Amino acid sequence: MLLSPRFLRSVLKTMATIAVTFIGLLFITFIIGRVMPIDPALSVVGDKASEEIYQAARKAMGLDQPLYIQFFYYISDVFRGDLGTSLLTARPVAEDIIRVFPATLELATIATIFGIIFGVPMGVVAAVNKGRWPDQVVRVLGLFGYSMPVFWLGLIGLLVFYGVLGWVGGPGRLDIFFEDVVPNITGVILIDSLIAGDFEIFGNALSHIILPAAVLGYYSIAYISRMTRSFMLEQLSQEYITTARVKGISEFQVIWRHALGNVMVPLITVIALSYAQLLEGSVLTETVFAWPGLGFYITAGLLSADMNAVLGGTLVVGGVFVGLNLLSDLLYRLVDPRAR
Amino acid sequence: MTADTLNPAKAGLRAWLTTDTPASRGHARVVQAYLGWLSLTRNPLALLGLAILVVLIAVSALAPWIAPHDPLAQELTNRLQPPGSPGHLFGTDELGRDILSRIIHGASITLYIVTLVAVTAPVVGLVIGSLAGYIGGWTDTVLMRLTDIFLAFPRLVLALAFVAALGPGIENAVLAIAITSWPPYARLARAETLTVRHQDYISAIRLQGASATRIITGHVMPLCLSSVIVRVTLDMAGIILTAAGLGFLGLGAQPPIPEWGAMISSGRKFLLDQWWVATMPGLAIFIVSLGFNLLGDGLRDILDPRSGQ
Repeated sequence: MLLSPRFLRSVLKTMATIAVTFIGLLFITFIIGRVMPIDPALSVVGDKASEEIYQAARKAMGLDQPLYIQFFYYISDVFRGDLGTSLLTARPVAEDIIRVFPATLELATIATIFGIIFGVPMGVVAAVNKGRWPDQVVRVLGLFGYSMPVFWLGLIGLLVFYGVLGWVGGPGRLDIFFEDVVPNITGVILIDSLIAGDFEIFGNALSHIILPAAVLGYYSIAYISRMTRSFMLEQLSQEYITTARVKGISEFQVIWRHALGNVMVPLITVIALSYAQLLEGSVLTETVFAWPGLGFYITAGLLSADMNAVLGGTLVVGGVFVGLNLLSDLLYRLVDPRAR
Repeated sequence: MTADTLNPAKAGLRAWLTTDTPASRGHARVVQAYLGWLSLTRNPLALLGLAILVVLIAVSALAPWIAPHDPLAQELTNRLQPPGSPGHLFGTDELGRDILSRIIHGASITLYIVTLVAVTAPVVGLVIGSLAGYIGGWTDTVLMRLTDIFLAFPRLVLALAFVAALGPGIENAVLAIAITSWPPYARLARAETLTVRHQDYISAIRLQGASATRIITGHVMPLCLSSVIVRVTLDMAGIILTAAGLGFLGLGAQPPIPEWGAMISSGRKFLLDQWWVATMPGLAIFIVSLGFNLLGDGLRDILDPRSGQ
């Protein structure tokens, strides 16, 4: 019943779409890498190299081949997990990304939790009080979120909560004397410190993550509350809500159980999308908070003209984006019987 | 007795502007515009947004006359003066330049970026979307797959990669933002095209012998226009924020150009002691984006009542 042929077929179709999209992602990063004015062979051999060495390097890098063959090589490299070597760290980009990715994951996850905890109830309250002051407050908060540069909000947050009030830890994931104390198991310090049973480090990590996660989470709250509100308005106008009220079910039950229960399905998609958008926001947030994640890695690569790092990072972000879209699509199909 | 009935000329004008039976095509457009304006004036927040936009345009047009100082003039003896110091309402930056004057001159840079993106990306999206929707078949599949691929990247990250390849600068930042912002317009235009494609009046002009080009440019695109305009206004804030983000990362306008994002970036070094250097340009970005968002919300209610909630 759950895995009907029609459901399987639609899943396969989605998979095919994703595969095409992913090849497209590769094509775009490939083109960006080729149109750039910096000659990749020249940047390896240096501008004092003789013509023969330069030509040999071009040949070794496959740059003398036609573009479509180069693209084929590029694809096969990526599928073998080879994203090239970073100029900045002199290590394979794929290794670097595996090392920095948990930090971004940690930040985006805590931010999404903020988004869900505050965004969903705010959206519900706004929908129930449509047009009255709670609705206006939620709307204004959302508008502010859509209008504020994330890096500026991060700086103001640092100024107020770190500089003036001293409530939170400063930039970075930990205070300097706590770095590299707990063994790196998952790469997520909040989890690693718990595994090691070191609550002092856990507390320190928490004081460092709370501000960047709140800043990033604010954008998530703005988006999730706006979407929750419009889904709830749609549900509250349905007849089953009237029926439930007529049956004498309390208003609290009607809103938070009946209506919100049905909103949960489309909300899954929204939450997955907002999670994906946080990856984008994390580029600037990580720069502001010196948070050693993927966004920080990409911007550091940008500033030192490290194209392999930039394109590798871009590809991974694009891939995660596609993956999250796929995930939300599959979850939606599983949870909502009508979509099967 | 209202003022209008006392003044017959004004009453006549009002009747002409609100008539149900316009005498010509031009008259009908004027009536429509006037009615749109009337419903905009009933929405104070949208009016506030419009006012912010008008002020932005005025400030950037009059920058050389209203800025109290030269935005590039350094005065090293007057470095990092707090807001309200004599002659410097918003204080001075690390080179003793007047922050207010730099923000005033920065307005025209923001306006320049937004305008360039707004006249390129939606046009590209409109053409691709209406072609895909009207022709259908393989053209549709290929164009929409291409659109989906661009939508699969987070916008800022893709723009970063493009600027990294093209090199920093305002023009390249504009190009990168435009390349990454056309896909939503293409989707929108395609959806609108699909709804009008099989309408009787389109069939009628096709039977009269109109070419596909004529149908698309003369009859399909104008119908997509109102939803595209709403989307553009709502997108402006996002464009401003992306441009500021690129500037903040040092990939947009280069020093000493007073771009707001780059100003925040340079103020970051003195954040804890001289907060105003980074705060003031951020406020400017915030107010201008808010203006576009408010106006976009208002325009959506007028031009596209279906999506208003």
